[in-house]
Amino acid sequence: MSTYTSVTPTDRAEMLEVIGVDSVEALFADIPAPLRLERRLDLPAGLAEQEVFRELSRLASANVSAEDEITFLGAGMYDHYVPALVDAIISRSEFLTPYTPYQPEISQGGLQAMFEYQTAISELVGLPVSNASVYEGPSAVAAAGYVAKHHNGRRRFVVSAGVHPHAIETLATYAHGYGMTVEVVELTDGVTVLGALGDDVSAVIVAQPNFLGAVEDIAACAEAAHAAGALLVCAADPIPLGIIQAPGAVGADIVVGEGQSLGNRLDYGGPSFGFFAVTEALLRRLPGRLAGETRDLDGRRGFVLTLQTREQHIRRDKATSNICTAQALNALAGVIYLSWLGRRGIVELAELLLARTDYARRRLAAIPGVRLSHTQPVIREFPITVDGDLDAVIAHCRRAQINPGYRLSEHELLIAITEQRTRAHIDLLATTIEEAL
Amino acid sequence: MTAVAPGPGRSFTQAADDELTIYERSVPGRRAFVAPALDVPAVSVEALLPAHLRRPEPPRLPEVTEPEIVRHYNRLSKRNFDLDTGFYPLGSCTMKHNPKLHERVAALPGNSRLHPLQDPARAQGALELMYRLGEALAEISGLPHVSLQPSAGSHGELAGVLLTRAYHEDRGERRTKVLTPETAHGTNPATVTMAGYEVVKLATDRDGNVDLADLRAKADSDVACLMLTNPSTLGLFEPNISQIAEIIHGVGATLYYDGANLNAIMGITRPGDMGFDIVHFNLHKSFTQPHGGGGPGSGPIAVSDRIEPYLPRPQVIRRPATPDGGGEPTATPPATSWVYDLDFDRPKSIGRLRGFQGNYGVFVRSYAYILSLGAEGLREASETAVLNANYLLAKLAAAGVGEYLPAAYNRLAMHEFVLSGAPMKAELGIKTLDLAKRLLDFGVHPPTVYFPLLVEEALLIEPTETETRETLDRFVEIVAEVLREARADPEIARHAPYGTPVRRLDEAGAARRPVLRQIL
Repeated sequence: MSTYTSVTPTDRAEMLEVIGVDSVEALFADIPAPLRLERRLDLPAGLAEQEVFRELSRLASANVSAEDEITFLGAGMYDHYVPALVDAIISRSEFLTPYTPYQPEISQGGLQAMFEYQTAISELVGLPVSNASVYEGPSAVAAAGYVAKHHNGRRRFVVSAGVHPHAIETLATYAHGYGMTVEVVELTDGVTVLGALGDDVSAVIVAQPNFLGAVEDIAACAEAAHAAGALLVCAADPIPLGIIQAPGAVGADIVVGEGQSLGNRLDYGGPSFGFFAVTEALLRRLPGRLAGETRDLDGRRGFVLTLQTREQHIRRDKATSNICTAQALNALAGVIYLSWLGRRGIVELAELLLARTDYARRRLAAIPGVRLSHTQPVIREFPITVDGDLDAVIAHCRRAQINPGYRLSEHELLIAITEQRTRAHIDLLATTIEEAL
Repeated sequence: MTAVAPGPGRSFTQAADDELTIYERSVPGRRAFVAPALDVPAVSVEALLPAHLRRPEPPRLPEVTEPEIVRHYNRLSKRNFDLDTGFYPLGSCTMKHNPKLHERVAALPGNSRLHPLQDPARAQGALELMYRLGEALAEISGLPHVSLQPSAGSHGELAGVLLTRAYHEDRGERRTKVLTPETAHGTNPATVTMAGYEVVKLATDRDGNVDLADLRAKADSDVACLMLTNPSTLGLFEPNISQIAEIIHGVGATLYYDGANLNAIMGITRPGDMGFDIVHFNLHKSFTQPHGGGGPGSGPIAVSDRIEPYLPRPQVIRRPATPDGGGEPTATPPATSWVYDLDFDRPKSIGRLRGFQGNYGVFVRSYAYILSLGAEGLREASETAVLNANYLLAKLAAAGVGEYLPAAYNRLAMHEFVLSGAPMKAELGIKTLDLAKRLLDFGVHPPTVYFPLLVEEALLIEPTETETRETLDRFVEIVAEVLREARADPEIARHAPYGTPVRRLDEAGAARRPVLRQIL
């Protein structure tokens, strides 16, 4: 049994004497007797480290991961390569084991990294203010709704069906609590087309690229939202932003998103991080931690958590959000990854995805019985419609150690192409689907 | 003025140079990333992306080489104090040791490269782990149904209050208020507002307990929930908890347990047995997920039978394997005769709180921790946490510290305790903040300061079970030394710290003129 404690029987006796009680049990005197658990917890006995490792290895090996098959699964999380330097840096104790930098004088490393992260996100999404991270993508959308509600006091959200379904569901969960309604607008040929909006719409929420991989016209969405006096919230996928227009540059008031693809692993869904950026006008309503630059007593540059009067520990029931612990380590992985890609690398990576995805799209669409579900511009993901038995196609792919993608419906598959999927992988997917049909 | 004072006993050195940012290290033409070869026909970006959708200029990310990135962030890391380096008695945060095994098992490719939308039949190991973690948390809390989905404590709180709303709405009731003690974590009242309720504060009595008269006066049929931390944020066990539960249940409200302080009671008493309906766990506190400089965390919830129908979607379930194997073959045959699955068919569910299934990487670490400690180890962890806290409290008093920093309540502490710096401020002329800043020079992370709000000049100290007695003794000596020093010259503490990479920072200035990103 591992305990990680150090108290020997001698220590215990001497410590109890200092306290002035005669047993450890006596320290719990405030707990009324009927509430004491008079038995051992019904859990197994503790194990040695190697025994725990063996059991955890057994469980891990009962999963089919991206290590074991050629996967085209995406739909919100992507099997991008994580460079070794990310692991090397984020596994350092100095980043891994402290908590929120409440004492800035001994937390300059973490605070400066947050500042650098905020700068990178701000630049990528085209808005002046980014916070230091929120939990993840879908709940960031719900948090953006809360900002919009307080900003204009209106009652309704209009959400594109191109927003990730988990984000729409999460928004609906939150909105029911804070008293808003959610209306979903269906896509037109794979993209969002907004008609006239009522003056009760607080925010319009769209995704870029959307859940079906299509690149949206954010400028047009922003125009429609603003014409009705609503905010435009955009849930963006960060790597495609290397080559597609920054949503903030064409009118989005809030840009949020899932940061997993930036240096974080799949981890069966988390932990990753959510990013959250706003216009200057919304700065005081921003949720979460913010690092800001300042000076010390001797005039040296330093960083602190700032504008904390927005936050729960100061403003309590009037706070802009209840968030406290967010995803600092994952956001750190994000800024390291973005620094690794760099100004040219993010463009090169996005262009490689564009080329391979275009190849995959043409290759698959050429298979008899396979059609493109839409023909909008895409960067790294697209849906196909299979006229035939999709169950049989999936089963055949699995036998070939291929995961052909995310099943959208009875006849549709959503296929994601990261830089880890080569032409040979794409060709194998195509021939395997062809065989099955 | 700048007092010049030595940093006696300074045991912790940090890279002292002013650090450039990664953007200031950028030189056009440098790079770390090399793209994999283009193995498909070249495409024209212009042809595939209409001009109005294209980004006119690349994002101005830094242009740096791998060696520079590594050195930059390594240098930054040396400007961070961390738990692996020294004592970190940050109250309410449970800064216990983070076992290294946990990083190894979380990084196994079967975990780290498992896609969250993998067919459940091909994610049996992950689902079994989640199911078993849920079972363990149910046993520890005394509440039978668990959702692992919430991402942190505050997210678990939101889940809990939304569950309460769903429960009452399902019964045709509309309630408007949630009670929180004035000592509550800030996340409690912030959550209440986010979930669409009005906060009603409860008074604390002279002994640090919930004021029962105030509770009786405020508990009515408009009250949806009482959110409580037990032990409280004062580090005290609420002895009247059964009466409180009776009052709250008497008006049809739910009782919510903020699990930030669970580390005091594992295997000793259980929230479910105290009458709580909903509890959240902070896996990054009691179950030792590394805090990561402010996350990731994880905030699972456990609930009673009557709340179960409303739990978030999806739920991890299991059923006996059918003779034909019950689904797809896995990479390794399962060691049990169970088939695990995700259940989306939950018509009364509050819905999702986030994408996918939760912070699975955190579940792996916390499950490894529970396996390592086992039933007895968990109890021993809590007993030792409480022993360490009371020992530290008694030692501080014996060292004469109590004269200036008395305990806020003259009772046995649980896993943490609150001191008041009011006499220190009055008699020595240094505030709690000054003491905290001076501690930095001694290589100690200060306790939580100015919380709970109820106690003047508060210090909330939580040593945790993984600290040695020698570390606690040394902390007592350091605090006593800072007080001695302040008696001689309070200016030293007022201008501390001295030995850190930067000195006291202008926080007011940072808020007045916010600089939140580098101008590129």
